Amino acid sequence: MINIEIDGKKLSVEPGEMIIEVADKAGIAIPRFCYHKKLSIAANCRMCLVEVENAPKPLPACATPVGEGMKVYTQSEKTIEAQKSVMEFLLINHPLDCPICDQGGECELQDVAMGYGEGVSRFTEGKRTVKDKDIGPLIATELTRCIHCTRCVRFGEEVAGIQELGAVQRGEHMKIATYIEGSVDSELSGNVIDLCPVGALTSKPFRFSARAWEMQQRPTIAPHDGVGSHLYLHVMGNQVKRVVPREAEAINETWIADRDRYSYESLHHADRVTKPLVKQEGVWKETDWSQALEVVAKQLNIIAKNDGADQIGCLASPSATLEEHYLLQKWLRALGCQNIDHRLRKTDFRVKEQAPQSAALPCEFTDVEYYDRFLLIGSYLRKDIPMLNHRVRKAVMLGAEVSVLNPVDYDFNFDVAHALISDVRLLSTQLAGILKALSANAPLFSTLPDYLRQVSPDPAQQAVADSLKAGEKVMLFLGSLALHHPEAGLLKALAEGIAKETSGELAFLHEGANAVGARLAGAMPHVGAAGSALPTPGLDAAAMTHAPRKAYVLHQIEPEWDCAYSAQTLQALEQAEFVVALNTFQSDTMLDYADVILPAAAFTETSGTYVNLAGHWQSFEGAVVPQGEARPAWKILRVLANLHDVEGFDYTASTEVRDELKQQVEESAAQSHEVAGQTDTSSLKSYSASRDNTQQGLVRLTETPLYRTDAFVRRSPALQQTTDNQRTGVRVSRQVAEQYKLDPAHPVTLQQGDYSVSLPWQVDEALPGNHVWTAGVAGLGAPFGAIELTQGKVS
Amino acid sequence: MVLKRLKHFIKSFTLWELLKGLRLTGRVLFDKKSTIQFPDETTPQSARFRGVHALRRYENGEERCIACKLCEAVCPALAITIDSDQREDGSRRTTRYDIDLFKCIYCGMCEESCPVDAIVETGIANYHFEERGENIMTKEKLLAIGDRYEKQIAADRKQDAPYR
Repeated sequence: MINIEIDGKKLSVEPGEMIIEVADKAGIAIPRFCYHKKLSIAANCRMCLVEVENAPKPLPACATPVGEGMKVYTQSEKTIEAQKSVMEFLLINHPLDCPICDQGGECELQDVAMGYGEGVSRFTEGKRTVKDKDIGPLIATELTRCIHCTRCVRFGEEVAGIQELGAVQRGEHMKIATYIEGSVDSELSGNVIDLCPVGALTSKPFRFSARAWEMQQRPTIAPHDGVGSHLYLHVMGNQVKRVVPREAEAINETWIADRDRYSYESLHHADRVTKPLVKQEGVWKETDWSQALEVVAKQLNIIAKNDGADQIGCLASPSATLEEHYLLQKWLRALGCQNIDHRLRKTDFRVKEQAPQSAALPCEFTDVEYYDRFLLIGSYLRKDIPMLNHRVRKAVMLGAEVSVLNPVDYDFNFDVAHALISDVRLLSTQLAGILKALSANAPLFSTLPDYLRQVSPDPAQQAVADSLKAGEKVMLFLGSLALHHPEAGLLKALAEGIAKETSGELAFLHEGANAVGARLAGAMPHVGAAGSALPTPGLDAAAMTHAPRKAYVLHQIEPEWDCAYSAQTLQALEQAEFVVALNTFQSDTMLDYADVILPAAAFTETSGTYVNLAGHWQSFEGAVVPQGEARPAWKILRVLANLHDVEGFDYTASTEVRDELKQQVEESAAQSHEVAGQTDTSSLKSYSASRDNTQQGLVRLTETPLYRTDAFVRRSPALQQTTDNQRTGVRVSRQVAEQYKLDPAHPVTLQQGDYSVSLPWQVDEALPGNHVWTAGVAGLGAPFGAIELTQGKVS
Repeated sequence: MVLKRLKHFIKSFTLWELLKGLRLTGRVLFDKKSTIQFPDETTPQSARFRGVHALRRYENGEERCIACKLCEAVCPALAITIDSDQREDGSRRTTRYDIDLFKCIYCGMCEESCPVDAIVETGIANYHFEERGENIMTKEKLLAIGDRYEKQIAADRKQDAPYR
């Protein structure tokens, strides 16, 4: 520790810190533009010049390390004069268009100009103008306003990991531009809006719609992935106008993903249900709550009485709140129904998940940065969970090695040390190869089916094994592709085996904002709330589809997008006698299969809790009043249970529901994290029965693109226009295109059993041969099953 | 004492007080009249008079208002309501500009704050409402007033310009 003095205030500080960091911590304000605590130091704006005793000239506070006995003056005459001069230079070329600038009212330049600017400019020369660039649907540019702080450039290089924006030319001719003509496509791109100290980069969807001083700031939690980024909603009237990050060092630092930033646009989509809807003799009628709820209670009662409560099935979104999951299962289990599941895209349920874990990561998000070996199994982490990918990227910057095992050669924003790109049907063989390379006699092999026991590691697998073995802290990620894989149980067992051999840890990258919470709340057919045992297990999500029920309760899902077997699920819903959908939105498909639609409040309108992958219980309150007659889903479920005369549903606040579950979780022996080797290995041999050993023919590869994950992002116009969202339709490898002589001008027909769809297609060089890539397409069968591809004769 | 009572008695019978009062009436009867025959006549008005509002246009017909919302922010009576959005040509414009004349206190701060001289208070002092809701001056009404009185508005501003 060394002693310095700022404005006469004696401070004891770490050596190596910069003056500005010390001043910030001590609450002493120094104006700045280019300095940002999360970015490297550029010292190019010179706004933070301060007087330091014995220094001949003022020094930039952001780039001057503290020294013993240093005396800094931030308010001295010399400092103020230096800052005023810098301000005058900055304002030479800055246009006086604050009245039409979206940054007006929250602009750092405006604030500092108020403090240090002169009222009148001495310059009469013309101002510099720069032509605007169209850099995509998310960010609006007004580059004449740019003051060349280069925060956006440094963000791209240091945080987003792709250099899209850069400063070209120099001096007065310097401008911020995309190196290559095109849009800014990073999944974190929206953060440059917050970074820009002026109005050069602003939010395009928000453009001109409100002023900073008109809006109120209300905290909430992001509802799209397992990170649960902290957000601020900016609300005007009863409308969410925009979303900005709320600083949380342990969760999202100061960043958020574009998905969290722009999904608010869906809140005012025309599809919003604002009144309870009941279908009477095939005609939809708007009704009031009491009637709609009575219809639901009555119909479910009739089915439970006549056909047994077992004939009811419930599918819930993994992004619903903890309270909703808990009340859903409590209500349905009181009726005698165990068929409840939130693992909608999972296809392999042979290996049952045991007691729920209180976290899916073995550590905090911040600790991920300190692992030195990673193995990503079936995951496009960068697009699946952008903020977690950011942590892994930071680890790579510190020297970690990442190996990936994927069916597609995904474009990561860090260096991948070893990439195993394999046929999707052979993921388990690859993992077995790695395990064999690690330990030829691993005890796991005795439980594995023959085709995995006999593998011999190839050099690539050996390289991955060597890399993992050399690591001190190893983490294996089971990505969404692995969790939804038809051999998911096998992959998990093998990953556990590898973790054991490398003393590593296993992380599960579940989909949805509350997957961990849903497991704790008991939204699974085989365990109850807080891992309590059930007398008889119910049907899982896939079984509810393959063995259609008479009644379905759908909670915040759209099966055509959210379920693995979308076509079959829709068929099951069509044949059901009664389907009730609690949803924020309606769709034409929903109007077809549902009998009652209950308008549930959106994530901004309800209180609740999300448990993120690291196990943090993050509660939030409603920020705006629900639209129309929509109501928070936990209230709807409470009243439904009341109508069924179920005991113990007298909650008056969602916090009571949360506290009830929390107490149960604390009392139960819910495990802190699933330990390696926990999987019940007795059923692994059965996998050989379903194995297609030939690997012949085409296989379907299904992925849920970044901006298709849930109903909110699917209805956000700006996100839908992004380049990321252009990964749609059908993609095939070049080999397949040539083999089938596909004509690019015409759509291809995909067929899986009785299901077929026709879609436009394109070649994807990242795909291995024999693969047909689809983006969660409705109307097809198994997401990783065999598929036939034809193209009608072109006439 | 007796004399005082007698004096009072005589004054009462001769209507002395009345005559005394009428003396003033008689005196001003032939003076120059100061009554204004409204609405045929009006009082002279300052160029700075703050009457009902108007939204102005540029000479090429483009509306001046850029939806910066400073007038809305500065209005002490919260009489102004503005919604803004991007117009098709990409410029920043109001989609709604309402002034509630019941709330307005005619302080003129909206005009002071306007960076483009769009919102002004005209010399119009005489207006009335017949229906509920007419007190809300919409963007269309304000622009119409501006269009109609632009000559006067411009002349008034010009006259006042040296003092600003």
